[in-house]
Amino acid sequence: MNAAFRISGAGRLSQAKTASFSFDDKPYIGIEGDTLASALLANGVHLVGRSFKYHRPRGFLSAGAEEPNALVQIVRDDARKTPNVRATVQELYDGLTANSQNRWPSLAFDVGAVNDIASPMFSAGFYYKTFMWPKWAWKDLYEPKIRAAAGLGVSPDKPDPDHYAARYAHCEVLVLGGGAAGIAAALAAAETGVRVIVADEQAEFGGSLRFESGARIDGQDGYAWAQAAIAKLKVMDNVRVLSRTTAFGYYAQNFVGLVERVSDHLKSPGRELARERLWQVRAKRVVIATGAIERHMVFANNDRPGVMLASAARTYLNHYGVAVGRNIGVYTANDSAYAAAIDLKKAGINIAAIVDLRDNPAGPVIDEARALGIEINFGRAVVSAGGKLRVSSMSVQPKNGGGERTIPVDAILMSAGWTPSVHLFSQSRGKVAFNDETKRFVPGTYAQDCVSVGACNGTDGLAASVDEAYAAGAKAAKEADGKVGKGAKPKVDAGENWSRGMLGAAPGAGPGTTVKAFVDFQNDVTAKDIRQAVHEGMHSIEHVKRFTTNGMATDQGKTSNMHGLAIAAETLGKPIPQVGLTTFRAPYTPVTFGSIVGHARGALFDPTRRTATHGWAASQGAVFEDVGHWKRAWYFPKAGEDMHAAVDRECVTVRKAAGLFDASTLGKIEVVGPDAAKFMELLYTNPWEKLETGRCRYGIMLREDGFIYDDGVVGRLAPDRFHVTTTTGGAPRVMNHMEDYLQTEFPHLNVWLTSITEQWAVIAVQGPKSRDIIAPLVEGIDMSDEAMPHMSVREGKICGVPTRLFRMSFTGERGFEVNVPADYGEAVWEALWAEGQKHGATAYGTETMHVLRAEKGYIIVGQDTDGTVTPNDAGLDWAVGKKKTDFVGIRGLTRPDLVAKGRKQLVGLKTKDPKVVLEEGAQIVADPKQAIPMKMIGHVTSSYWSENCSRSIALALVAGGRDRMGQTLYVPMPNGTIEVEVTGMVFVDEKGERLNG
Amino acid sequence: MLLIRCPYCEEERPELEFRNAGEAHIARPTNIAAESDDDFEKFFFIRANPKGVVYERWRHIHGCARFFNAVRDTVTDRFVMTYKAGEPKPAKLPGASK
Repeated sequence: MNAAFRISGAGRLSQAKTASFSFDDKPYIGIEGDTLASALLANGVHLVGRSFKYHRPRGFLSAGAEEPNALVQIVRDDARKTPNVRATVQELYDGLTANSQNRWPSLAFDVGAVNDIASPMFSAGFYYKTFMWPKWAWKDLYEPKIRAAAGLGVSPDKPDPDHYAARYAHCEVLVLGGGAAGIAAALAAAETGVRVIVADEQAEFGGSLRFESGARIDGQDGYAWAQAAIAKLKVMDNVRVLSRTTAFGYYAQNFVGLVERVSDHLKSPGRELARERLWQVRAKRVVIATGAIERHMVFANNDRPGVMLASAARTYLNHYGVAVGRNIGVYTANDSAYAAAIDLKKAGINIAAIVDLRDNPAGPVIDEARALGIEINFGRAVVSAGGKLRVSSMSVQPKNGGGERTIPVDAILMSAGWTPSVHLFSQSRGKVAFNDETKRFVPGTYAQDCVSVGACNGTDGLAASVDEAYAAGAKAAKEADGKVGKGAKPKVDAGENWSRGMLGAAPGAGPGTTVKAFVDFQNDVTAKDIRQAVHEGMHSIEHVKRFTTNGMATDQGKTSNMHGLAIAAETLGKPIPQVGLTTFRAPYTPVTFGSIVGHARGALFDPTRRTATHGWAASQGAVFEDVGHWKRAWYFPKAGEDMHAAVDRECVTVRKAAGLFDASTLGKIEVVGPDAAKFMELLYTNPWEKLETGRCRYGIMLREDGFIYDDGVVGRLAPDRFHVTTTTGGAPRVMNHMEDYLQTEFPHLNVWLTSITEQWAVIAVQGPKSRDIIAPLVEGIDMSDEAMPHMSVREGKICGVPTRLFRMSFTGERGFEVNVPADYGEAVWEALWAEGQKHGATAYGTETMHVLRAEKGYIIVGQDTDGTVTPNDAGLDWAVGKKKTDFVGIRGLTRPDLVAKGRKQLVGLKTKDPKVVLEEGAQIVADPKQAIPMKMIGHVTSSYWSENCSRSIALALVAGGRDRMGQTLYVPMPNGTIEVEVTGMVFVDEKGERLNG
Repeated sequence: MLLIRCPYCEEERPELEFRNAGEAHIARPTNIAAESDDDFEKFFFIRANPKGVVYERWRHIHGCARFFNAVRDTVTDRFVMTYKAGEPKPAKLPGASK
C-alpha cells in the first residue's frame, strides 16, 4: 500500500520494492531508492528534530547535503549508533532504525523548548555575557549544565566495529560533481583517452537533473541522458565513476580528498565491505562542477516544519514521487520556485498561492503558472509562518507594509535564489570575486590547475553550462596529456535558467524587528542576532561569524553564509565585497574519524619492533615496556615477585654472579671508508685517529651549540671501519645528523654510513662470571685480560656463527656485549642462558639496567641530560679532545653561557633517610624556609632503590653542583620536605676495580 | 600534500617521503673554533624566515636519502625549483620577471 503522500505516476522509484523502517520506534513503509527524508515525507512526517539552542521543532529544509535541520541517529546495533546523519542523504534500507535527537522526553514535547521562550537570554554572544557572574559559578554551576545541554546527538559509546578502506589514485582529469556539467566535462575528457575520475555525492548521478523536469539533452529526458552517459563512462577503461563520494577537501597541488560511502545504504553490509573508503587523488587537472545551492527566505518562523526549499520539494516530487503537502504556499524572489509550483500543481497538489517579492516579473514560468490557475501575488512578502510542530498558515503583506492576510497552508516552498558552491574552489586557495549584478560570489583568481564550470561558476542555464563544461573537460585533458578527443558535444534541447533573487532579511524581518527569522538553522542564528553583533562592535565578518556562530555548524553555512553576510553589510552600511566572505575550509561535509584513520588503529596504529629474544623473554614471563617502537623486557619476575622484588634480585645477582640482557635495540651505525677516522673526529668530541684497531672508546656527540646530542661506545674494527653504537631512541636522528654533515658540510670525506641496528642482535653478559659463561662458546678469540682488556672488540665466532664481541660494561662489572647476526640472536641467547645457569646468572631487563648504571653514575642521554647539558655539566670533560681543532660543537662549547659559573651540574644525591626514594623530576631548593615561589636550583634526573647499596640513590642536575659536595639540600614534596646530601655520582666501586673483577 | 621534485631521483614524489631540514646556504665556517660570539650567533641561531621566496634544505629521507636544496614560496606554498646540495644559489628563478 502506498504511503499517504506518495503520488502514483510521479517519481522514478519502483513502487513495488518496499522497505520497512522505523523512526522514533514507530514503524513506516518506504520504497527502495528513497532517502530517509523522502520516505518520512511520503508518510506525512515533517517534524524530525529539535534545534540546537532553542529546541524549536524542525523539519526538512532541503533534499541534499546542505541540510541543516534533519539530523538523526541511525542505529544498526549496540556499537553502530551514528549521530548527526542528514536524513536527506541517508538512503533507506529495509529495517533501517532512526531516532530523533536533541529532545527530551519526546520530539513533540521537548522540555528544552523553554529556551525558546527564554530566548532573550540566549541572544548572540550569550556565553560571553550571561554566565560571567558570580565568578565561582562558571566552573561549578554554568559550565556543567551547559555541557550537559550542549552538543548535537549522542556519540556511540562502544568501539567502532566497522573497517574503513583507503585508496590513492592518480588521474589526468578529476571531475568533482556529476550533474549535467560534470558529466559533460567527464565525457569530453574521457573521449581523449586520458585517465578520468568523476565523483558525485549522490547515489545517482544527475545533480539538478533529478528535479529539473523540463530538461532535454540529446533528444531525451535530462535525467535519462545522465544515466546513459554515466553508463557509457563506466565501461570505459580509462574512467573511474564514483557515486556516493564526496570531495571534502582540496589540498596543495591538486591533491583532493574524497570519501566514498560504501555500505551505509545496505541492509546487511557484511564484514567484507568497508563502511567508507577514503580516496586521496592526485590529478593533473581538476574540473569543479559542484553546482549551486538554493537559499531560503529569511522571515519570521521560517523554520517551522513544512517550510522548505522549493527545489527540495521539486526533488521529492520528481525523483521520489512524494508530495510535501496537499495545500502548499510558495514564497520566492526568483523564477525557480515557480517551476516547483507548476510541477506540484500538475501532479494534482493544490498551490494555495505564490508570493513573489518582485514587483512585476515576467517570463514563461510565470505565464505557465498563471495559465494553470495558480494565484500569484507580486510585490508581497510572507511576514510570518503559522503553526508550531507543522506550518499551518502564511501571513502575507504588501512588502512595504499594509493589510495582512493569512493563507492556510501545510507547506511553504521558498527560494531566495541560488548560491554557487565555491567551497572547493575556495579551498584550492582560489580567490572569489563578487558579481554586483547577480549578487553572488563566483570563482575569480585561480591558484591551482583547476577550472569551475556550470552553476558553481555562476554560469546560468543548462545549455550554457553543458557547453562550458564540455569545452573545459576537453581542454583539461589536452593540457594534462596533449590528447584530443573525437566525441560529440551533448546538445541541450531544453533547459531551465534561474538567476538573481535576493540576499538578507525579507520584509518583516528587517532592521528594528525582533522576530525569529532564521539565517542559520543549525546554530539557531536569526537576522536580529547578526544585526546585534554588528551593533555590539563586530565589524569584520569573521568576528560576526564567531560572535553569532553563523555558518559555524556542521553544515558550514551552506544556506546561511550569504544571508548573514548581506545582513551584516546592510547593518554596517557597506557594500558586500567590502565586508568580505568568510573562509571556506575542509571538510565540505562532515567526515568520519574512521575514514581518516582507515586501517591505522589498534595493532596497526603504530609499528611494533621486537628483538630476536622477544619470544624467549615472553616465555620466561618478562614484563615489557615500550621504548620508542621497541618492546623491551622490563623485568623478569619469578613466581610471587612484584617489580621491586624482581629488580632487587636481578641487581644483586648481576653483581654477585652474572646477568644476561638484550641490548639489541641500541642504535648501531657502521662508519666505513678511508676517511672514517677523520669523520669520527668531526662528529664526536673524542679523538679517534689514534684509537687502535680492536679497541673501543666511549664517544660523545654534540650539536653545533655544544650540548650533548647522543653517546655510545664505538669500536674500531679496522683502520677504515668503526662500529658505532647510539642510544635506543637516538638511532634515527643520529644517523640523520651524520648523513647531514657527511653530505653537506664534509662531502670531501670518503665515508659510507650504514645503519646496522637490525642486522646485529646484542646480548650483554655482565658480572664477575661473564667471561666464564661466554668463553666455552667462543672460537678464535683469546678472552684473557691481557689479550682482551676492558674496552676492546674482537671478531670471531660464537656457537659457530660470526660475532663482534665487545668487552665493555654499562654495569661497572666485568662485561661483554655479544653481537651476532640477528637471525642467530635467539639461538645464541639460549646457548648463553644455558651456560649462565651453571653460574647462577639471571636474565635482567631495562629496569635493572637503569639501576645498575645509576649505581655507577653512568648517564642516560635524554634522562640525565635534556638538550641543555654540556659534557662538562655531566662530568664528562675527559671525553672532549682538548687538542682537537674541530668537531661539531667545538665553538658552541665556548659560548659565554656555557662557560659561565653556576651552571647546573650532574651530581649524586643521597637522602638523609636511606629508605626514601626521591621522585624523578622533583625540584631541589637550598633553603626550604624561603618564601614561595622558592628559588629552584635543580631537579632529580634519576632515582632508584639500590639493593646493592641498601639505600636509595639519585642523580640530579644542581646549579654549581660540584661545589656543593657534602651540602644538605631540600626536595619539597606534597607530603613534606626531603633532606638530601650532595655526593659524587658513583655509588658502587668508586675505583672501578670490578671491571676486571 | 605537496609534490616535491628530488633532483637526484629526478622525479616528483609526495611530501611524505621528505623531511625539511631548515634554511639553505648557511655554510659551516671552515675555522669555526675561531669565530667570534657574534659571528657564531649569526651562523647558528639567526634565520631569515621571510614571507615569500625561501631557500631551504630538504632530505629525501624515505627515498634516496640525499639532502638537496629547494626554493619555495611560503605564501603560495609552491616549489619554484629544487637543486642538488652544493650547487650555488640560483641567480635567476624560473618564471621570475627580473
